Amino acid sequence: MQTLFLQGPSVTLRALILVIASIVLMTVDHRWSQMEMVRNTLSHLLYPLQYTIDLPIRLYYWADITLSTQQALLDENRRLEELYLQNRIRLQKMDILERENLRLRELLSATPKTGEKVLIAEIINVDIDPYRQLVIINKGSNDGVYVSQPVIDAQGIMGQTVHVNANSSTVMLITDASHALPVQIDRNGLRANAFGTGKIDYLDIPYIAQNADIRIGDTLITSGLGGHFPANYPVAVVSHIERSPDEAFARIKAEPLAQLDRSREVVLVWHNPPQPPPSDDVQP
Amino acid sequence: MFNPNTRIGVFTLIAAFMLAMMPLPDWAQAFRPDWVTLVLIYWTMALPASIGVTVAWFAGLMLDVSHGALLGQHALGLVLVIYIIHAQHQRLRVASMLQQSIVIFFLLLMKQALVLWVDGIMGRAPDTWLYFMPSLTSALIWPWVHIILRDLRRKFAYKTHY
Repeated sequence: MQTLFLQGPSVTLRALILVIASIVLMTVDHRWSQMEMVRNTLSHLLYPLQYTIDLPIRLYYWADITLSTQQALLDENRRLEELYLQNRIRLQKMDILERENLRLRELLSATPKTGEKVLIAEIINVDIDPYRQLVIINKGSNDGVYVSQPVIDAQGIMGQTVHVNANSSTVMLITDASHALPVQIDRNGLRANAFGTGKIDYLDIPYIAQNADIRIGDTLITSGLGGHFPANYPVAVVSHIERSPDEAFARIKAEPLAQLDRSREVVLVWHNPPQPPPSDDVQP
Repeated sequence: MFNPNTRIGVFTLIAAFMLAMMPLPDWAQAFRPDWVTLVLIYWTMALPASIGVTVAWFAGLMLDVSHGALLGQHALGLVLVIYIIHAQHQRLRVASMLQQSIVIFFLLLMKQALVLWVDGIMGRAPDTWLYFMPSLTSALIWPWVHIILRDLRRKFAYKTHY
């Protein structure tokens, strides 16, 4: 049953061809997006495995709800109702403010802000790479998810989708070493970029001048520059500032607000980047 | 259509992929052995006529997809590892477990260095020596992987010389 002579090209030749193919693939994958198709096809094979791995955890959550006592459910219900009431009251004010904002923007003939469509997705609990900050969620192109779509949780920006398959997508968290996010300080509008570090608990804010007005505790929000993320979502809180006179820039770290390692449910946001104003519209 | 060898090979490879993605506590993630490579190494040594660089390349592509890496990153390393194992399989078969483990340690170091090199070019190389820990844990766990897979093969697959 064992073949005595190898058929086809020799092993060395095959290995050589495959090595060259790998290098070509890496280059193509890095520079162009055509390889997404290959990736999606292979993901179809991986998805059942990921789903199976996640199954026990899914079962745990299911059992947690099914087997909890009536008293616990009642307590939770009461707590949530209170929270709902509080939020309703806050929303009433928000509604009025939003209408006022819209009217003012119309007076200024600025682009009106559109409401954002959202979709709740669940994180599939599989380990990807301990040195990358990636997670897999259970919504994909079948649900209308697109590449570099913003992902948030209740506290702030989590990241963006990088690979979208039919029923799942890979989300790169803002703490990934290859992620950068345009932000501004909500106190004074100072613009900056928040770079991921590969560590889950802090972001790097480089290129801020030594004398810039930035303090510990400042909240960083998305600036909407770059167009991928909607503006004015909270991102992080400045946690560490080091100003040394022999360096051109201050060393600043910020703690992400989103619960990057704890959230199970995340929210996908459909956001329409503001259209550029028509060129014949002369500004005063 | 599948013969028993293929069936048990595919089964163990799927198991390896699942082990590679199984959620572990944060501290343990850095120590996770490179299951897919270990299983492929075993099958290359046991059935060099049917498992070789081509299978390794496709498994590497799957690893790339599951790691969210560039397509070809792990595939490149895996092809080289399996090529060397394939060329030396007769020598490795008669080597002791300790010697096999040492060889696997250095081969996996090479693979990890290749992956790290590409990550470095992409500007996202991790800055800790723990990065190379999977090579060590894989080498340490190799004897058990070898024994388990050998027993599985003897039970479910055709008899071969090894």
